[in-house]
Amino acid sequence: MAVNVSIPTILRSHTDGQKSVQADGGTVAEVINDLDSRHSGLKDRLVKDGGLHRFVNVYVNDEDIRFVGGLEATVSDGDSLTILPAVAGGMR
Amino acid sequence: MARYDSLLDTLGDTPLVGLPALSPAPDVRLWAKLEDRNPTGSVKDRPALAMIEAAEKEGTLTQGCTILEPTSGNTGISLAMAASLKGYGLVCVMPENTSEERRQILQAYGARIVSSPAEGGSNQAVAVAKQLAEQNPDWVMLYQYGNSANAEAHYRGTGPEILRDLPGVTHFVAGLGTTGTLVGVGRYLHEQNPGTQVVAAEPRYGELVYGLRNLDEGFVPELYDADVLNRRFSVGSYDALRRTRQLLESEGIFAGISTGAVLHAALTVGERAAATGESAEIVFLVADAGWKYLSTGAYSGTLDEAAQRLDGQLWA
Repeated sequence: MAVNVSIPTILRSHTDGQKSVQADGGTVAEVINDLDSRHSGLKDRLVKDGGLHRFVNVYVNDEDIRFVGGLEATVSDGDSLTILPAVAGGMR
Repeated sequence: MARYDSLLDTLGDTPLVGLPALSPAPDVRLWAKLEDRNPTGSVKDRPALAMIEAAEKEGTLTQGCTILEPTSGNTGISLAMAASLKGYGLVCVMPENTSEERRQILQAYGARIVSSPAEGGSNQAVAVAKQLAEQNPDWVMLYQYGNSANAEAHYRGTGPEILRDLPGVTHFVAGLGTTGTLVGVGRYLHEQNPGTQVVAAEPRYGELVYGLRNLDEGFVPELYDADVLNRRFSVGSYDALRRTRQLLESEGIFAGISTGAVLHAALTVGERAAATGESAEIVFLVADAGWKYLSTGAYSGTLDEAAQRLDGQLWA
């Protein structure tokens, strides 16, 4: 199942500068594994000790996966997956 | 008509307004908590005054002191108002790409502004403020990101007001920044009714973390408590703008841009509830009005043009 993955600036060195790439998988974990097979080293930046790295947020169609199953959150054909480093503040 | 002894006494007790045109179904209703009705026009008057009063009580803030705070604007404006009434100086550290209106208001209140690089966003403002605090040990940094009085202001004020005005509230949706609003209101609502859903909307400005050297520099406020949240959404500029305009056009509420992001998340949960036949009473927080964002061009031209103009600006 094809998923469109948005890559933050900080990780584009792994994707030859591409802002978004395609990947396959039925769960976020499968998508990340597929991404890593095409763009080596990406998984190490996202996953630590079997879970999502503390300072990385991953969203499926805008929703944070931490609240909907984590790496086992399901993705469907045509979904968008966004990777963003943790950032806060700025809300005044 | 109410009468008060000081502007500070007018803080809080803001209106909760039903939104019939935007509500997804007869049983799924949206309610706006209008925090722009606070003295300086934003929700930040609550934590600003609470942090000052806590520091006064502890004895760390005494007459003539200078307050230091990293802020992208609204907290600074709230602190500037309270500081000017109470006789304190104020130094605000702000990213250089925050809107011009905020700078002018701060300066009008007599605050001094120190700019931090745009590339680092609010994270960089926090880092610069921490450096300044080390160099100026007599300055008092209230530090909204880690000050428990921030969340406490919402636990004691905003949360009880919402439950008083809408005892059947099922969802509370607000923006995620210092996390004080969500953590404070969320804790209160969960204590009163564990089934209440607390939903965060995070305005997406991922490009602004360009200056970060590695992911470990990602910044999570000390106040953040993921256990209080049930859902979290990241909303991009286009959807935030679209919803901000929709709120103005269909309900007459002229809100700031981050409120559009919050409305987007509120409508997402509302539409899901409507689709599954559940009933819901969804309260979302209007953090401020649109006045301070007019110079961003958010309210004129096509949505695409406005979204492009907003790119790279700190609108949250």
